[in-house]
Amino acid sequence: MSTRLSTGGRLIDRTKPMSYTFNGKRMKGFAGDTLASALLAGGQMMMGRSFKYHRPRGVVASGAEEPNALVGLGQGAAFEPNQRATTTELFDGLSATSQNHWPSLEFDVGAINNRLARFFPAGFYYKTFMFPRVAWKKLYEPIVRQSAGLGAVPKERDGDTYEHFYGFFDLVVVGGGISGLIAARAAGRAGLRVLLMEQTAHWGGRAPVDAAADGATVNDAPVDKLVEEIVADLATMPNVTTRLRMMAAGVYDHGYVLGYERLTDHAPEAPGPRHRLWRIRAGQIVTATGAIERPLSFAGNDIPGVMLASATRDYIVNYGVSPGDRVVVVTNNDDAYRTAIAVKKAGLDVPIIVDARAAGGGALAQAARDLGIRVENGRAIAKVHGKKQVEGVSICAQAGEGGVLEEIACDAVAMSGGWSPVVHLWSHCGGKLTWDEAQAHFRPDVHNSPKGDAGETFVTPAGAANGAMQLGDVIADAGEMAGRAIAALGGTVRAEPVTASAPDEVPMQPVWLMPQGAGPKLRMKAWLDYQNDVKVSDVQLAAREGYESVEHTKRYTTLGMATDQGKLSNINGLAILSDALGQPIPQTGTTTFRPPYTPISMGAIAGTARGAAFQPLRRTPMHSWHEENNAHWEPVGQWRRPYCYPRTGESHAEAVSREINQTRSSVGLLDASTLGKIIVKGPDAGRFLDMLYTNMMSTLKPGKCRYGLMCSENGFLIDDGVVARLDEETFLCHTTTGGAESIHAHMEEWLQTEWWDWKVYTANVTEQWAQIAVVGPKARAVLQTLSDDDLSAETLPFMAWKEVTLAGIKARVFRISFSGELSFEVAVPAGQGMALWLALLDAGAEHGIMPYGTEALHVMRAEKGFIMIGDETDGTVIPQDLNLHWALSKKKDDYLGKRAQQRSHMADPNRWKLVGLETLDGSVLPDGAYAVAEGVNENGQKRTQGRVTSTYHSPTLNRGIAMGLVLHGPDRMGEVLEFPGTDGTVSKARIVDPVFYDKDGEKQNV
Amino acid sequence: MRRYSAWAVAREATRYHEGWERAWRAPEPKKRYDVVIVGAGGHGLATAYYLGKNHGITNVAVIEKGWLGGGNTGRNTTIIRSNYLQDSSAAIYEKARSLYETMSQDLNYNVMFSPRGVIMLAQTEHEVRGYQRTAHANALQGVSTEFISPQRVKELVPIIDISGPRYPVLGGLWQARGGTARHDAVAWGYARACSDMGMDIIQKCEVTGIRQEGGRVTGVGTTKGAIDCGKLGIVVAGHSGHLAEMAGFRLPLESVALQALVSEPIKPCMDVVVMANTVHGYMSQSDKGEMVIGGGTDAFNNYTQRGSFHHIEETVRALIETFPMISRLKMLRQWGGIVDVTGDRSPILSKTPVEGVFINSGWGTGGFKAIPGSGFGFAELMAKGYSPLTAEFGLNRFAEGRFVDESVAAGVAH
Ligand SMILES: Cc1cc2nc3c(=O)[nH]c(=O)nc-3n(C[C@H](O)[C@H](O)[C@H](O)COP(=O)(O)OP(=O)(O)OC[C@H]3O[C@@H](n4cnc5c(N)ncnc54)[C@H](O)[C@@H]3O)c2cc1C
Repeated sequence: MSTRLSTGGRLIDRTKPMSYTFNGKRMKGFAGDTLASALLAGGQMMMGRSFKYHRPRGVVASGAEEPNALVGLGQGAAFEPNQRATTTELFDGLSATSQNHWPSLEFDVGAINNRLARFFPAGFYYKTFMFPRVAWKKLYEPIVRQSAGLGAVPKERDGDTYEHFYGFFDLVVVGGGISGLIAARAAGRAGLRVLLMEQTAHWGGRAPVDAAADGATVNDAPVDKLVEEIVADLATMPNVTTRLRMMAAGVYDHGYVLGYERLTDHAPEAPGPRHRLWRIRAGQIVTATGAIERPLSFAGNDIPGVMLASATRDYIVNYGVSPGDRVVVVTNNDDAYRTAIAVKKAGLDVPIIVDARAAGGGALAQAARDLGIRVENGRAIAKVHGKKQVEGVSICAQAGEGGVLEEIACDAVAMSGGWSPVVHLWSHCGGKLTWDEAQAHFRPDVHNSPKGDAGETFVTPAGAANGAMQLGDVIADAGEMAGRAIAALGGTVRAEPVTASAPDEVPMQPVWLMPQGAGPKLRMKAWLDYQNDVKVSDVQLAAREGYESVEHTKRYTTLGMATDQGKLSNINGLAILSDALGQPIPQTGTTTFRPPYTPISMGAIAGTARGAAFQPLRRTPMHSWHEENNAHWEPVGQWRRPYCYPRTGESHAEAVSREINQTRSSVGLLDASTLGKIIVKGPDAGRFLDMLYTNMMSTLKPGKCRYGLMCSENGFLIDDGVVARLDEETFLCHTTTGGAESIHAHMEEWLQTEWWDWKVYTANVTEQWAQIAVVGPKARAVLQTLSDDDLSAETLPFMAWKEVTLAGIKARVFRISFSGELSFEVAVPAGQGMALWLALLDAGAEHGIMPYGTEALHVMRAEKGFIMIGDETDGTVIPQDLNLHWALSKKKDDYLGKRAQQRSHMADPNRWKLVGLETLDGSVLPDGAYAVAEGVNENGQKRTQGRVTSTYHSPTLNRGIAMGLVLHGPDRMGEVLEFPGTDGTVSKARIVDPVFYDKDGEKQNV
Repeated sequence: MRRYSAWAVAREATRYHEGWERAWRAPEPKKRYDVVIVGAGGHGLATAYYLGKNHGITNVAVIEKGWLGGGNTGRNTTIIRSNYLQDSSAAIYEKARSLYETMSQDLNYNVMFSPRGVIMLAQTEHEVRGYQRTAHANALQGVSTEFISPQRVKELVPIIDISGPRYPVLGGLWQARGGTARHDAVAWGYARACSDMGMDIIQKCEVTGIRQEGGRVTGVGTTKGAIDCGKLGIVVAGHSGHLAEMAGFRLPLESVALQALVSEPIKPCMDVVVMANTVHGYMSQSDKGEMVIGGGTDAFNNYTQRGSFHHIEETVRALIETFPMISRLKMLRQWGGIVDVTGDRSPILSKTPVEGVFINSGWGTGGFKAIPGSGFGFAELMAKGYSPLTAEFGLNRFAEGRFVDESVAAGVAH
């Protein structure tokens, strides 16, 4: 049974006990423990159930590569599923629950899948569950979904906060092991701005653990010493930033690195954000990300108690925890002997070291023998015994088919299949790999590195991540590779002799299946991907059925698709596939490495952008007044606009009617500040606007306004608005609220890409001005009370503008109307908007002045037959469809969209054109309804001949009014069309003139 | 072809599954085929399938430069719906959707079509009107959709936050028979069926040139040698521009990266697909339990199958806003595909200036759902020279200004 040793544990503090719960049970650990080490210390070897077969599973690893020991962590607003116990630091009060079982971890009904495993090989679901047809959705899929899924669903809104940082560094070093430390110090001494990050809570990585077993030294001192020394050095360098608990999640183009810092996961009570996402630009990136040990594929290699040899060693050396009392070590390389030695030194038993190599190991093997450990070469594990816990192993020859030579009782197995460099970050942005025959792993091909836009290398691997596996090589490689990165940044490296003394190792020997000739029965029990339950037999099945590409195999078997993303399983799976296909491993290749390296929280990705701060909220200068006056808001882009201002007891529709009636009969106010306002200035401004608008703008006189249309290159109407000429060289272009940014961008695109030599500047001044429409028969009277300037029709006629002083504020008054009433749009600098608004309310009080919202605006424009971009247009409508020929200048050679409008379909007389529509019974036509025609088309769809584009109840006319596009519409006045609703009813409407109100425009022109 | 069934699996179980045969053959190319299809994505394979099934043309090769299904077909987020606005779109997407209903049985391969329903959220007044319009159009097109209330949205998706605060849900367009399917299985199922009809699927073979004589196609050059053909179908999504160049014409297409991501798996919590166009993101839950998430395309043209991270940020932000609880989940994996986008966001299924060469492209961000319908129509076009399903999607529409504009209806067209 796993337990806490009475001594040892370089990372734990035995003076600081901590208590936590697992599945409700109180347990104890120490500060410095991970949840996994604490669970092991408490004798809890079984930590979860697998995804598909619900097999009992224990921890196999000690770091980010862990596939099995996943728990639900925390409660309520702090609950998080699928947390790796191996990377969860213990804190007092931690609560964890195991996953994917019902009713309990010990007894799981879903384990029936395990019994039936032979009926559920890879991809079985592609071959079954097809009959009867409805059963997939109704029966099979719900069962599949319920039994899959791993972690529980968070129920509450996230109680934590997150933030983003930006970082700019010359060199980013990823990984705080020996290599990363060496690289960071060299760069720091070269005067570069350096960021060094380490995903765990400790510096030093593997080397100190290994040294504890093999007595290796650096510069004749313990490895720990060097780590401390470099960490201390770095702390004195102002140009070096170091971070623990920070992982590089991804490397992207142009030296962009995504850093993921876990600030309070280990101390949830601490103030501040939980995670911080760093968006980093790095001149160079050094990946000193180490290597990950591979499991061996033998039957029963997933039974709780079977662990990676390195993990076994970690638990003993770092946490003073033994995974078992009798630990069998099985290996194809020398490194695992360190584990045997560590186990032995901890006072535990190693009944046997099973070395698959016929010739066995080197100096480390001798050291193990010297400790009295039995070593057998050319042997293998045929099978592990036990269900929820290892009980023993059967030993066989590696060369044979598994004939059992010996049974050995044990309660833990430490396995090592060799090491694979962590090449993920290297690969994210296009770094290629090369197959290293001697060490049987893929390592970075430094000649095919990720390249920047000038063809320069921007990622350099160092140390174990570059395939250097022995301490001396690691140190040498780190120095060398760091030197390259530093040189690429123009820095110089001072040579620092670091000499290591560590036992020599003899070569490993690839062993992909144990024993070599294992039959189907054993292969069906030899796991490759623990979490997703992919076995050797599954990969072989995929190959047999023709899923030969590594991507096909992965997808067919789900190998490497679990939450560990195949950190343990990928290479082993590839090797099995290659063997089945009879081709060398490099020919099979790897699947693509995708960010993130290990999963990162969605919360961190979103950062502070949530709730009210989800997107910037744009406020007009009068926003707070609207809020105080009970505006019902409508989101329009990032603005909020008042839809209407309901009074107590009033429905929205009633409010809208009141606002319209007041405006049409007396005077109303509209906050029009959101309207786009773009200044176009320069000697060529007129010429530019002539190209942009369909109308002639260059002839507009200063002091005058003109309504204009803008089309896309394809001829479609994209925006409209009033242009005012401020002076000879300056135009003010009003756009729709939604169009301000896009039209400004559209202008700039043309100026920068096509007409770059025209002398024109543009500026989006939308937010610099508050704009208020004063509308209604009493509008002039109200304004005049606030101004000594002459606002009469003679000096300020319709479609003119003028600078005046209103309530002591300098203002531009535009005589334009979108309602058909006498109307002035008054623009003042944004800071004075509120003052003017209040002054207007005051001045209009005697006329019952009140504000109106967007809905009243819409209804009034529809009553007048004015089009609205986004209603009458949808990106498929040209001005001609809207009977706006008058706005298409015939005098100009060209404007954007002109040529497009001459194309055959655009010039087709059979287009749908704008008309008014009146229901026969006065009701309101449904929004978006289509007018049907006779029969069906080739595809069996009902034919149509028109559609409703805007439809409202008009309080002015007290009936439904609508606008629509109808085939030959203007030629069919008086005809009645049928508009089927979605509820089975049919509305009948007559085609009428779209101007419902004040057809001759007498009201606006007074 | 040995049929797949629960019974067959049980029988094979007794012999350790060592008796299964290949799902598709791995042939060497023949000298000549009646029809060569370039690109073994869903659309290419479906085209081949219907050439055989509906038109009796089986001397067909599908040539794939990588592994079949490895393009966008194997990278997409598998949303299937047909609630499009324009008649011609609704026709082909609804044809496709209805073929998905029986695809598993037709192919004897479980593609796991799950008609779990798709909601497109309306979060502005403008969107409300837009979706009401689509609902009206769909009713006349024979596509069954419905505009539903915020309360109904909440009932269908309990994990959604309909209250805002920035963009409260005002309703949604609901297509109950929309859903998802297993993308790889669609490609694999078609490949198996095509291979069974005697067609050759030639993987790891890149088409490098298109040969013609007197304005008529005669064959293709490939990395496995020259292959003659009577007709050629180009069905290569993001690489359409390259192939068109080989044939000597240009296409009105842009290639951009579209990204997606998945969370770690959790137990079932969302039974429908939700698309939120105002905030720009969409999400569904896979049968494995992962939340499958996507958003918009990168704003620059690109051929690398990876995108920029800020798009991921935008998408995740949007979805946390819509489904607050996913903030506590982790992103497991992000990836990208190169999608070929036309100006009107509708596909091109067309004859080309070269006689005998046909092109099927422009499916952009939303062509997975169209695979069977596109194959059905495009095969008809290739076999007979005309198909009512493809009639409006010809290349000439760009010259004539006869667009089939779907960007009208959906900012996010998946
Ligand atoms: C992230 C993402 C999410 C998406 N989500 C959805 C969704 O939810 N719903 C939806 O309906 N659609 C979605 N799509 C779109 C959908 O994936 C595509 O429209 C569809 O898969 C295209 O299929 P295809 O067969 O045309 O192309 P592909 O599957 O890309 O196939 C084209 C094939 O052509 C091959 N090829 C290219 N050049 C050559 C050559 N010279 N010689 C030989 N072979 C060649 C390629 O290798 C590739 O296999 C999404 C796309 C992406 C990228």
